[in-house]
Amino acid sequence: MSGETMSGQEHFDALIAADARVEPRDWMPEGYRKTLVRQISQHAHSEIIGMQPEANWITRAPSLKRKAILMAKVQDEAGHGLYLYSAAETLGTPRDQMTADLIAGKARYSSIFNYPTLTWADMGAIGWLVDGAAICNQVPLCRASYGPYGRAMVRICKEESFHQRQGFEILLELANGTAAQRDMAQDAINRWYAPSLMMFGPPDEDSPNSRQSMAWNIKRFSNDELRSRFVGMIVEQVKVLGLTLPDTDIRYNEETERWEHGPLDWKEFSEVLAGRGPCNSQRLARRREAHEDGAWVREAAAAYAARQAGSVGAGAVSNETGAA
Amino acid sequence: MSSDSATRITPGNALRPEDIAAAGTRADRDTAAYALRLGDDALVLAQRLGWWISRAPELEEDVALGNIALDLIGHARSFLSYAGSADGRTEDDLAYWRNETEFRSAHLVEQPNGDFARTIARQLVVSFYQFELYGSLQHSADPTLAAIAAKAVKEVDYHRDHSAQWVLRLGLGTAESRGRMIRALELTWPYVGELFDDDELAASLGDRAVLPSSLKPAFDRGIAAVLRQAELEVPAVPSAPGGGRRGQHSEHLGYLLAEMQVLARDHPGAAW
Repeated sequence: MSGETMSGQEHFDALIAADARVEPRDWMPEGYRKTLVRQISQHAHSEIIGMQPEANWITRAPSLKRKAILMAKVQDEAGHGLYLYSAAETLGTPRDQMTADLIAGKARYSSIFNYPTLTWADMGAIGWLVDGAAICNQVPLCRASYGPYGRAMVRICKEESFHQRQGFEILLELANGTAAQRDMAQDAINRWYAPSLMMFGPPDEDSPNSRQSMAWNIKRFSNDELRSRFVGMIVEQVKVLGLTLPDTDIRYNEETERWEHGPLDWKEFSEVLAGRGPCNSQRLARRREAHEDGAWVREAAAAYAARQAGSVGAGAVSNETGAA
Repeated sequence: MSSDSATRITPGNALRPEDIAAAGTRADRDTAAYALRLGDDALVLAQRLGWWISRAPELEEDVALGNIALDLIGHARSFLSYAGSADGRTEDDLAYWRNETEFRSAHLVEQPNGDFARTIARQLVVSFYQFELYGSLQHSADPTLAAIAAKAVKEVDYHRDHSAQWVLRLGLGTAESRGRMIRALELTWPYVGELFDDDELAASLGDRAVLPSSLKPAFDRGIAAVLRQAELEVPAVPSAPGGGRRGQHSEHLGYLLAEMQVLARDHPGAAW
């Protein structure tokens, strides 16, 4: 059967069955579109909000080389946000709308960024654990059925794995440093371990959206499968640091062929998700402030673009920035 | 403006701070003092610009200002590595373990970020100044200074384009942006003169350094062209006396350094 004689649904089902890519021009079920917009925009928002905890240490980075690396990393996150917003735009939701939802507190982003970065070692722990968990989640997304999302993820994953190595290297340097540096590194691991495990989402039995996403080839592995894989990775890596994970229950289960870990505080997870985490209000306020403080700049750029186009008041492009 | 973009510079053809440290070339005392000025200007401005990352008016601008700050940190690291070679100090010894009066940056770069217009006004001046400076310094008789400048001038050319494009947009955009841009130029201009003040050090270095006053005509022409296009004028405001090259700074630098140096100084002797 050719694409022309198939109904939209049949064509879509055939693409999914063949594990092929769905492209923006293809018909897709409304639920598929909505799920993707939700997931991609949440991911984009996470990149943008996620800039804040690390930007917190740019001005205080303890060496010029580390300062440069950190700046480049936070800048990469802005870039990731940009690719992801573009991918979501191909599904018909404009970036302005997604930004408005974020600053109105209507859109979600990864809860991990609602924890504070209290010491320099947090730059290492975020890179190693948070970016590490993100990679475990995201590598399978490179094969997500929606083409623009999968392709954006390929580039993002390459940069994330670089960030993870940088984070590990920060911790390694601290672990081999003075007693105070070593304590700082251990303290950061202690604080970021559980929140990073919770980044994979609730246990499978409590994850209602996962099944449909897996059927649509958006999600490839369950939350618990990915979490177990991540635990297996870091349990080895922490030995290289000569530090410990704050969990004495980690063990490999031969029967299930999965890594197991101690209980996680899902009540805390729900609290942070509900907006009652340590930095929720601060993170959102900062994003809103940057957006509102920048309104006059964006208006100026739009007015200039309109003026250049010779039609003042018409065709202003809100994303026009003038940056090369 | 040339069409070369900073983004086309690849690590393969660029001189890195590590290369300067590894080369083992020792600057003499006067050349080191000169390199220190250039390094401090770049470092202090990078420290200021880094604040914008995650706070810019648009994501594209987080990226752009971040890029500029990164370029400047790179220049700072190279100049400071070379300056430190005179007496066995590293770039970090110089960045983190000198006090305010030992910094040799100009007052302009330590001025507060203010609103976006003020940051752009400061960028306009610095980028046009550094473009002329590095453009000349790449022909320095000192091969290390020449190599650092040759890399930096290509990057600063992009900074120049970035600031000029924004001056046009803010100057010609809306009544509010125009008002803010005019005020930003007024707040910035008192600190322009210091950049072009000659002194004994610059003069004594001959063809190894660039005499600041020699850069002024080209700087004035470049700035005038941008401002004319943006229908703005060079503000008629009095000059501040400066003194940064002698270690006399404005009230702002102390706070900037306190924040920049706090962690390093909490852990003397630590490696990062």
